[in-house]
Amino acid sequence: MSNSRHYSGIVPGRLEPEEYHANFKDLHPPLTGHEAAVAADRCYFCYEAPCIEACPTEIDIPLFIRQIASGAEKAAAKTIFDSNILGGMCARVCPTETLCEEACVREAAEGKPVEIGRLQRFATDALMAIGTHPYSRAAPTGKSVAVVGAGPAGLACAHRLAMKGHDVSVFEARSKPGGLNEYGIAAYKTVNQFAAKEVDWLISIGGISLCIGEEPVDLVRLHELRTEFDAVFLGFGLSGVNSIAIEGANLGNVEDAVRFIARLRQASDLSGIAVGRDVVVIGGGMTAIDAAIQSKLLGAQTVTIAYRGAKQKMSASIFEQDLATSKGVRIVADSRPVKIISEGKSRLVEFERTETTEHGILGTGETFRLPADQVFIAIGQRLEDRFDILDIEGGKICVSGPGRTSMTGVWAGGDCASGGNDLTVTAVAEGRDAAEDIHRLLSRD
Amino acid sequence: MPSLQSNFLGINSPNPFWLASAPPTDKEYNVRRAFSAGWGGVVWKTLGLDPHIVNVNGPRYGAVWGADRRLLGLNNIELITDRPLGTNLSEIKAIKREFPDRAVVVSLMVPCEEGPWKTILPMVEETDADGVELNFGCPHGMSERGMGSAVGQVPEYIEMVARWVKANTRMPVIVKLTPNITDIRFPARAAKAGGADAVSLINTVSSITSVNLDTFSPEPSIDGRGSHGGYCGPAVKPIALNMVAEIARDPETSKLPISGIGGITTWRDAAEFIALGSGNVQVCTAAMTYGFKIIDELVSGLELWMEEKGYSSVSDFMGLAVPNVADWQNLNLNYVTKARIDQELCIKCGRCYAVCEDTSHQAIAIRPDRVFEVLDDECVACNMCVNVCPVDNCITMEELKPGDVDLRTGETVDDSYRNWTTHPNNPMARAAE
Repeated sequence: MSNSRHYSGIVPGRLEPEEYHANFKDLHPPLTGHEAAVAADRCYFCYEAPCIEACPTEIDIPLFIRQIASGAEKAAAKTIFDSNILGGMCARVCPTETLCEEACVREAAEGKPVEIGRLQRFATDALMAIGTHPYSRAAPTGKSVAVVGAGPAGLACAHRLAMKGHDVSVFEARSKPGGLNEYGIAAYKTVNQFAAKEVDWLISIGGISLCIGEEPVDLVRLHELRTEFDAVFLGFGLSGVNSIAIEGANLGNVEDAVRFIARLRQASDLSGIAVGRDVVVIGGGMTAIDAAIQSKLLGAQTVTIAYRGAKQKMSASIFEQDLATSKGVRIVADSRPVKIISEGKSRLVEFERTETTEHGILGTGETFRLPADQVFIAIGQRLEDRFDILDIEGGKICVSGPGRTSMTGVWAGGDCASGGNDLTVTAVAEGRDAAEDIHRLLSRD
Repeated sequence: MPSLQSNFLGINSPNPFWLASAPPTDKEYNVRRAFSAGWGGVVWKTLGLDPHIVNVNGPRYGAVWGADRRLLGLNNIELITDRPLGTNLSEIKAIKREFPDRAVVVSLMVPCEEGPWKTILPMVEETDADGVELNFGCPHGMSERGMGSAVGQVPEYIEMVARWVKANTRMPVIVKLTPNITDIRFPARAAKAGGADAVSLINTVSSITSVNLDTFSPEPSIDGRGSHGGYCGPAVKPIALNMVAEIARDPETSKLPISGIGGITTWRDAAEFIALGSGNVQVCTAAMTYGFKIIDELVSGLELWMEEKGYSSVSDFMGLAVPNVADWQNLNLNYVTKARIDQELCIKCGRCYAVCEDTSHQAIAIRPDRVFEVLDDECVACNMCVNVCPVDNCITMEELKPGDVDLRTGETVDDSYRNWTTHPNNPMARAAE
């Protein structure tokens, strides 16, 4: 018997089993063959298509859609993977509404873009379903590369290098590969263990050895890797989370949203995930949205996202904000947390209203309180302070061109590197481009 | 309110929309549904002599689709009616009695001898049908037996059979022409010479719609083999319009009534056939694709357009486009246009650029922010950008006015008329008058 959704406190099992199943089913279910044919027919095959330019990995979108329309979806998938080996995951998690689909000329024409993301999933699913890897390796080069971090950037880099004939060792500190694909993305965007399956499929090209559960790479280890390998790629993401320096931040009902999401992603039974009746999420990005929506889907009665600035400054896309509000999440902007309160049985967060002025975000002095059995902090992640030998810019490893760091023989990409935008697809592009650069340099020797 | 009342060869119908001789008019049941839906007339599916023919028992139709699987072309390997002659005749009689205000014309195909025609014509007259249409058109199956297009491809046979038929019936006689010939004017003249009251065209075009790449059989496949069929639907409309126009502007046949057929899908298509000289129109594929209800759109659309144009009857605009169908040599070479792109309507797909740059005249430039601009000094006004643009009216052709300079040629536009016959590059040029 489930706990009532009315119980206060942080408790598991607020819903019936079938409710969990319904709540966490595929957000964008796969297109049927008929749906894909209808969707593909809408593509105009634009000249130097704006959608390609809007894609960080520059997938030849009109070509792959034309291939789908002509009944050659496996050729379409090859077009996608040629540019983006994690095209399957990107089809699921890309904010297409701010990338390819925003640029689609049919968005301009009719306010209804070609469904590029779902078509990409249709094609990639078709090719991945046949179980054989579509790429083979070039003749061995005798060179070896260390990739630190098995997230999107590291995996894309490793695959491209393996394809070029290099031997790749991927070092991952967590117990599973995949990075944020495995631990960070909302469960309803990547159902049925897709992240794990995609990694298995990707490394089946061969030449990639996966070293899981490694100690996090520190400065000493980095020097070792530089000695042992011909090149090193750093793609370990942002493992630190920003904490909030307010009264009550260390109370037991306060947790990093990132940890909550990872716990949820790794749960075999969602009814075992405890969630508050009244949940407050502090932040304004995708992590805040994912934590808020999933709290609601786990049975929280009220979920509020509180953002300190103006609503239009939130980094979560409008689509994601709308998705959250459609699930019953309330978004309160212009409010900054002052303290987290525990009084007897009541748990509250006190906020101060703010206004955005030319001098920045300023408090107005007016306060209000929200009940909060559970508080999630989602105010950004940061680089762990391990590599002060490398140049750092804006809290990230400074890179130039295709991921070159300030240290010879060391490249970086993905969220840990400067210049990106924290998207999976951008990490893939950076990993791929660094691999090409590494290959160019190694080929020269 | 304009009247769509039609009188074709003295055959009255409440509108000029007839269903062509084809599967939709094969049975009393279908025809009753058509008339109940509002169709003006039918040409009953072609009758032959008993023993009746048989059809294949596998698929009869192949298709060509456009975007969203919209049917653009259909081909069929169905033969003439596969029911006993007596059954058809009694059903025709019943239908004519039930719907006396509708046109019922009977399509016929019998061997190319006078005897069979003498046999069948009185039987048709007995049904009180309004007329007969001689099927000299079907390109598949029956043509192998010396009928259908095998007759329609030999003008002498057309004339001979038409003469027999006229000699043996009081009914109006329409000769249905095949497009599978080189010059449609010859069979039309032959029909006229034989005394036919009208021609109808086009019948279907010989075709193979597709090949199965697993079995290597043409489609539709009958046990691994396919036969050419007759192609119809929107894809053949341009072929039909040209043939109708050729007959309408041929001095020898310009007075010969025409029943226009070929890919008519909307009221607009019908109006175009009538403007090119058709007295009425026949429809098949559109009905076979969407059902008989399309008659509501055909009738209401034509009525509305006629009202807006001030035409009170179909004859008011019949043939109005015929004088404008000219030989190429008579087209005005002093008429100069340039493509114009409406930047407000442009969605920046760049298809105009791709077609102009890759396959035409390099007359469109891409400016920053994907602004596409016509280069007047290169534009030959070919119209391909207009044709590939997905947005209606976004790219148009603008006529240069007399006195304007054509930046491509450097010449000032002249308001006089000049054609190829007097052009200096024409070795056969005559002096301008």
